[in-house]
Amino acid sequence: MTLLQARPATGARPRRSPVGWLREHIVLIAGLAALAYLLIPNVVVVVLSFNRPAGRFNYSWNEFSVGAWTDPCAVAGMCESLGISLRIAVLSTLAAVALGTLAAFALTRHRFRGRGGTNVLIFFPMATPEVVMGSSLLALFVNAAIVPLGFWTILIAHIMFLLSYVIVTVKARLAVLDPRLEEAAMDLYADERTTFWRVTFPLALPGIVAAGLLAFALSFDDFIITNFNAGSEVTFPMFVWGAAQRGMPPQVNVIGTMMFIAALAAVLIGQFAGRRRRMR
Amino acid sequence: MSDPISVAGDGALRLVSLYKRFGPVAAVDGIELTIPAGSFFALLGPSGCGKTTTLRMIAGLEEPTSGRILIGDADLSGLKPYRRPVNTVFQNYALFPHLDVFQNVAFGLRRRGVRDVAGQVEQMLSMVELSGYGERRPAQLSGGQQQRVAVARALINNPSVLLLDEPLGALDLKLRRQMQLELKRIQADVGTTFVHVTHDQEEAMTMADTVAVMNHGRIEQLGSPVELYERPRTTFVANFLGQSNLIDGTVESRDGDLAIVAVPGGRLAVPVDRMPDTNEVHVGVRPEKLNLVTAEQASGVPARPNRLAAIVTDSRFIGVSTEYAVRTEAGLELTAFVQNAGQQRPMAPGAKVEVSWDPAHTFALDVRQSAEAGLDPAGAEL
Amino acid sequence: MSAPTAEPPGLVHPGLPAPPPPPPRPRSRRLPYLLLLPALAWLAIFFVVPTITLFSTSLQTGSIYEGYTLTFSFSNYLDAWSRFWPQMLRSLVYAGAATVLAVLIAYPLAYTMAFKAGRWRNVLLILVIAPFFTSFLIRTLAWKTILADNGIVVEVLNALRITDVLSSIGLTTDDRILATPLAVITGLTYNFLPFMILPLYATLERLDVRLIEAAGDLYASPFAAFRKVTLPLSMPGLVAGTLLTFIPACGDYINAQLLGSMPATAMIGNVIDAQFLRVLAYPTAAALSFTLMVGVVAIVSMYVRRAGTERLL
Repeated sequence: MTLLQARPATGARPRRSPVGWLREHIVLIAGLAALAYLLIPNVVVVVLSFNRPAGRFNYSWNEFSVGAWTDPCAVAGMCESLGISLRIAVLSTLAAVALGTLAAFALTRHRFRGRGGTNVLIFFPMATPEVVMGSSLLALFVNAAIVPLGFWTILIAHIMFLLSYVIVTVKARLAVLDPRLEEAAMDLYADERTTFWRVTFPLALPGIVAAGLLAFALSFDDFIITNFNAGSEVTFPMFVWGAAQRGMPPQVNVIGTMMFIAALAAVLIGQFAGRRRRMR
Repeated sequence: MSDPISVAGDGALRLVSLYKRFGPVAAVDGIELTIPAGSFFALLGPSGCGKTTTLRMIAGLEEPTSGRILIGDADLSGLKPYRRPVNTVFQNYALFPHLDVFQNVAFGLRRRGVRDVAGQVEQMLSMVELSGYGERRPAQLSGGQQQRVAVARALINNPSVLLLDEPLGALDLKLRRQMQLELKRIQADVGTTFVHVTHDQEEAMTMADTVAVMNHGRIEQLGSPVELYERPRTTFVANFLGQSNLIDGTVESRDGDLAIVAVPGGRLAVPVDRMPDTNEVHVGVRPEKLNLVTAEQASGVPARPNRLAAIVTDSRFIGVSTEYAVRTEAGLELTAFVQNAGQQRPMAPGAKVEVSWDPAHTFALDVRQSAEAGLDPAGAEL
Repeated sequence: MSAPTAEPPGLVHPGLPAPPPPPPRPRSRRLPYLLLLPALAWLAIFFVVPTITLFSTSLQTGSIYEGYTLTFSFSNYLDAWSRFWPQMLRSLVYAGAATVLAVLIAYPLAYTMAFKAGRWRNVLLILVIAPFFTSFLIRTLAWKTILADNGIVVEVLNALRITDVLSSIGLTTDDRILATPLAVITGLTYNFLPFMILPLYATLERLDVRLIEAAGDLYASPFAAFRKVTLPLSMPGLVAGTLLTFIPACGDYINAQLLGSMPATAMIGNVIDAQFLRVLAYPTAAALSFTLMVGVVAIVSMYVRRAGTERLL
C-alpha cells in the first residue's frame, strides 16, 4: 500500500529561502549535531592513539607516531589488567545470564505469589547509584571478612549488578513471544521438554544473547563498584583511572580504539547475520 | 493555532491532472475529477491502485508530483494539512490514545482557538450516538464506537470535504453493514462532501452517489453504482464490481439498435450503444441476468434472442440464490445466479438446460482488454 | 551503566495494539520458586544484606582503630549532612542540569532516527550504540583534549565572548572550561546520553505516524502536534531516559574527578569515595550513601508521579 512508502509529509516542499530550509530541517540538524557530540570523543581517542605525547599525558597533539600501535603492551601492567577485566567479564556474564534467564522465565511464564515483590526487588539495583552499591558491598565484605577483597569479590559484585539487567532484557523478549506458539507445539505432540528446547528457547535466544552482550559490556567497563571491592586487584578501567593521575600513555588510546573497532565489527556482523537469517 | 482557509465558489472538489510518482512508480497517473459539493463520493479499487495516495494528496499529507487540487475557487496546492478545509477519518481511526473521547473530539476546535467547545462536542457526540462517553479512553471503546469518535472528531470542524480512508475496514461484517447505513445517515444530516476510499465494492455501491473505479493510478470509470454495474466500460470494472460472464465474439452486423455478435455456438444481440467500435469483442452479461430452464420447459417458452444450450456442471447453494456453473455445447463456461423464489426445482449437475437472457442486459467490451483484469484483487497489484 | 534494551517496568508504549496476553498458567507450584531461587538468593545476599549492613554501619560509632559499635545514633547523619550539604546540593544541580541537557540533545536525535532517517536508521542506531562498548573512562578523558585551554572549543567560545557569560553565572572561570562546573556537566551529559536516546527512540519508533498526521489534519501546526501528541505519547521513553540519566549522574564521581577541579566541583560521590577508601570513616560514608539512596528514591518516585505515567495507557 502506498501508505507504507510515505513518511510524514514534511520536507517535500520546494525550498524557498535559506531560512525556510533551515526551519524545515532544524530537527535533522539538531539530531546530527547530537550525533557529533556523541562521536567526537571517539574520534579524539583514535587520533591520539597515533600521537607521540610531549610529556607524560597524552592529551594534546605533538607528533605522528605508530609506536603505540606496534607495541601496545609496552606499558607496565596494562595488558595484565586487560586480562583480568576480560576474565571477570566472561565469568560474570556467564553466571548472570544463567541465573537471570532462569528468573526471567519464572517471571514471565508463571503466575505465583510474590511476583510483584520480586519485580520490585529486581528493579531496585538499577535504581541505586553505583557508589551506594559499591560502598555497601564493601561494608559487607569488610564486616563479614570471609572473602578477602580481590578477584572474587569483584566477580560477586559484578554478577549482582548484572543480574537485574539480564532479567529485564530477557523478560522483554519473552513478553513479546506469542504464547500460542508454545500451545501450537503442544498441539503438535511436543511434550513440555521438547516444546521448551525446540520452540521457547530458540525464540528467547536473541534476548539472551542481547542480555549477554550488554552484561559483558557493563562488566568490562565498570569502574565505580569495582574500585570499591577490588582490594589490590587492578582491572582495565582502574588502570586507566590510575593512568589519568600518573600519566597517560598513548597505548591506552590504542586499546580504546581497538575496543571501538571490535564493537563496530560485532554490531555489523550481528546485523549481517540477522539479515541473512531473515532472508532464509 | 492555525485556521483553515475559507472556501468560495461552488465548493466542488476538483483534481486537475494530478500525478504522484514514487521513484519510477506512478502511484497516481493523471487524474481529472470533479466532485460536486454535498455528494457522497467513493474511490474504489484494489490495494495499490493509488486511491489512498489520492486521498492523502487531498488531505495534504502527500505532495503531488504535478497537478492541482481545488475546492471551489481555492487552490490547496502547497497548503499544509492544518491549513486545508478538509478533515480525515483515518484508517484504524488514529484516535489519540492519551486523550479521552471528549478531548479527541475537541482537538481540532481547540487548535483553532475555539474556547467554549463543550456544547459543540456534546452535540457531535449525540449525533454519532455516543452521548455520555466523553470521559472514556479510546482503548475502552469497541471498534464501532471508535469509528464514530473518529467521524465526530473530523466532522466537528465543519470541513468542506470529509475524507474517509477505509473507515470500515477494521469492523466485522455485521457492524460494517450497520455503519454503512449510519455513515449514509450522517452524510445526509450534515450535507458535507464525503470522499470515501475503499477496496470493498459492496461498500462503495451501498453508500456512494458516485463511484470512481481506480486501477493502476487511473480512473477506469466514473458513474453511479447502477451505471457502473449495468454498463461497465472495461473488463476491469466488469470483473471488479460483481461478476461478469465474458464471451469472445466477432461483430456481424450493426443494424438499428441491436448489433449481432457471432460467438461459438450461436449469435448474441447487444445494444449498439453498449458496443465498442472494434469488431472483436467480449460479450458480457451478469450472472443474475441469466435465465436457466431445463430443456423440456424451454420448448414451451417463447425463444429469446440470446440463448445457448448447455449442461449444468456444478451447483452451489448460497441461501438467497443458487450459483450454477454451466458449459455450453460449444464449450463456454458460464456462471448463473438463480433466485431461490421457490418456483423452480434445483437442477442437478448433468442436467440439460437452456441459458437465455434479455439483450438489454448485454454489454460488449474491446477484446484487447484482458478478460482477467480485476478478477483477483491480489493479482491486480502486479 | 544500564541497559539500552531495558524497559522500565509498568511503562507501556503508546500507539500499539496490546501485547499478546500474558501466558502464565500454572504448571508446577514449586517450579517458579526453584527457577528464581539462585538469582534471588544472590540479590538477597549481595544487595539486600549489604544495604541493611550499610544502614547499620551508618548508625555505628567508634573509629577504625578502636572498632565500631552499633549505637543507633543518628549523629552520623547530622554530622554528615552539616559537613557535606554543599556537595549533596551540587550533585543534584549537576545531575539535574545534565539530565535536562541530555533531553534537549537526545530528543532531536531520537526523533531523527525514528521519523527522518529512512534507510539510515540502522546506521544511526549502530553509531549510538558503538561508543557504549568502548571504555567510557577513555572517552571521558578525551574531553580533556576537546575542552583544553588552547583548544578550538574554548577559542571559539572566547572569541564569541560566551565564556564571559558562562563565567558570570559561575559555570566557568577565567576563560577556561576544563576544571569548571561546565566541564563536569558536559561530561555527565555525554556519559549518559545513550541511555536517554535509546528509550526515547524505542517509544518514538513505535508511535503510529498516523496520530501525528491526524493532529495535522485537525489544524495542529507541527509544533502544536508535537506538544499535544508526540511529546505526551513519548512520555514513557522520556521518563525512562531521565531516570537512567539522573540516577547514575547523581552518584557519579568520575566526571567531577577527571574533568572538574577538586574540591570546587566535588560531588557527593567523591565524598563517599574518599570517606570510604581514604579517610576510612565508614559510619559517615555509610550515612552519606544511605542519604543518597533514599534521596534518589524519593526524587524518582515524586517525579514519576508528577510525570503522570500512570495516566498513559
